[in-house]
Amino acid sequence: MPQVFHRSTNTIARVSIFGALIVVAAAGYGLDLVNRSSYVTGAGLALEQPVPFSHRHHAGELGIDCRYCHTGVETGAKAGIPPTQTCMNCHKQIWADSPTLEPVRASLRTDASIPWVKVHDLPDFVYFNHSIHVAKGVGCETCHGRIDRMNLTWQQNSLQMEWCLECHRNPERYVRPKEEVFTMGWQPPGGDQLALGRELLKANDVQPKTDCDTCHR
Amino acid sequence: MARRIDARALAGWAAGLALLVLPGCRQDMHDQPKYQPLEESHFFEDGRASRPRVPGTVARGRRDDDELLVSGKVDGKLSEVFPEPVTRATLERGHRDYDVHCSPCHDRAGTGQGMIVQRGYKQPTSFHDARLRGMPPGYFFDVVTNGFGVMPSYATQVPVADRWAIAAYIRALQLSQHATVAEVPAEGRTAFLEGKTLDPRTGLPAQEAAAAGRAVPGGGHE
Repeated sequence: MPQVFHRSTNTIARVSIFGALIVVAAAGYGLDLVNRSSYVTGAGLALEQPVPFSHRHHAGELGIDCRYCHTGVETGAKAGIPPTQTCMNCHKQIWADSPTLEPVRASLRTDASIPWVKVHDLPDFVYFNHSIHVAKGVGCETCHGRIDRMNLTWQQNSLQMEWCLECHRNPERYVRPKEEVFTMGWQPPGGDQLALGRELLKANDVQPKTDCDTCHR
Repeated sequence: MARRIDARALAGWAAGLALLVLPGCRQDMHDQPKYQPLEESHFFEDGRASRPRVPGTVARGRRDDDELLVSGKVDGKLSEVFPEPVTRATLERGHRDYDVHCSPCHDRAGTGQGMIVQRGYKQPTSFHDARLRGMPPGYFFDVVTNGFGVMPSYATQVPVADRWAIAAYIRALQLSQHATVAEVPAEGRTAFLEGKTLDPRTGLPAQEAAAAGRAVPGGGHE
């Protein structure tokens, strides 16, 4: 009786066993890459807005403090998007006839909200509060990047759980003195973030939690 | 003989597999059927999930029956006094809020040459002008609250207590521009006359103050 399988089948069988492992591993790695990519997280993608508002111009070049518009950031969960009136504080006199700003003027005239597109959209199952982060010395820049250099605004970081946990586990790598929270481009004096960070954790009683129910309440 | 593939069984398997895998694509937990602040609403006619306040609403803890506190006036006249004692904490709070909300136009020294003015906004009167130096604290509170001339009201941006803190800080700014050497604490006077910077907390020359206690890292930025 002739052999049913050709001799080469032995090799093919071995290769396909390992090959299957490699394919599965590669697929897993590929999925992981996709999951961390901007395609999924939205990081690094400037979103089109009803009015092309430039943080670079307002916060960077003019030096307007973050809190002028984001009034809730020190006291509330949300930093807040300013009401149209805040834009018009200046723009009733400056660029008052600019066609680009027509949606802003229209909003004031008709009392309809400007439909700004949300840039940082956390999942609804995550509890997040700005005020505690600001109070403990997490700089705006730490999460939002160099917003003073962004023309259109984008999300700097992935906002994925591993990203949150990185800081909650190692806050000394990120905290800064409270009076530097709103400063852009702050560097630790002397360059030793870890030593200063450890000091600040003690001085400001920084105790980030990593319990599930800290964020998923 | 090759087994005939049962098309119906195959379809069944495919459907079962899809049932297992496709729910992973849904974002129901990310976007739950609840409103986040300032989210768009398809229920309310104006499209706002955050509802405008009903006129006359007083938020919890925001009393509005204290005439001096909420209007800066006593019996309809601008108040000569602050509703609360002015402490260092008040001034530091005022300093912060002044820099955030007022300095874009009034500039950090209060002379009215802020960045927005440089970009074309009508220049406000300097706080060091004789008329404004003579104004009572209630005046500054009133202007922040209700606006003045082209200046808009800042009532929605600045809470009541912070408006008073700003009024106190403006007074401090005014004093700062009309101080005499005699008002410099005696310990620091010699150093001051030599042109050294004094630490605002101790009144001692900045270097000595830094040596006495650890200086705030990176503090006092412009």
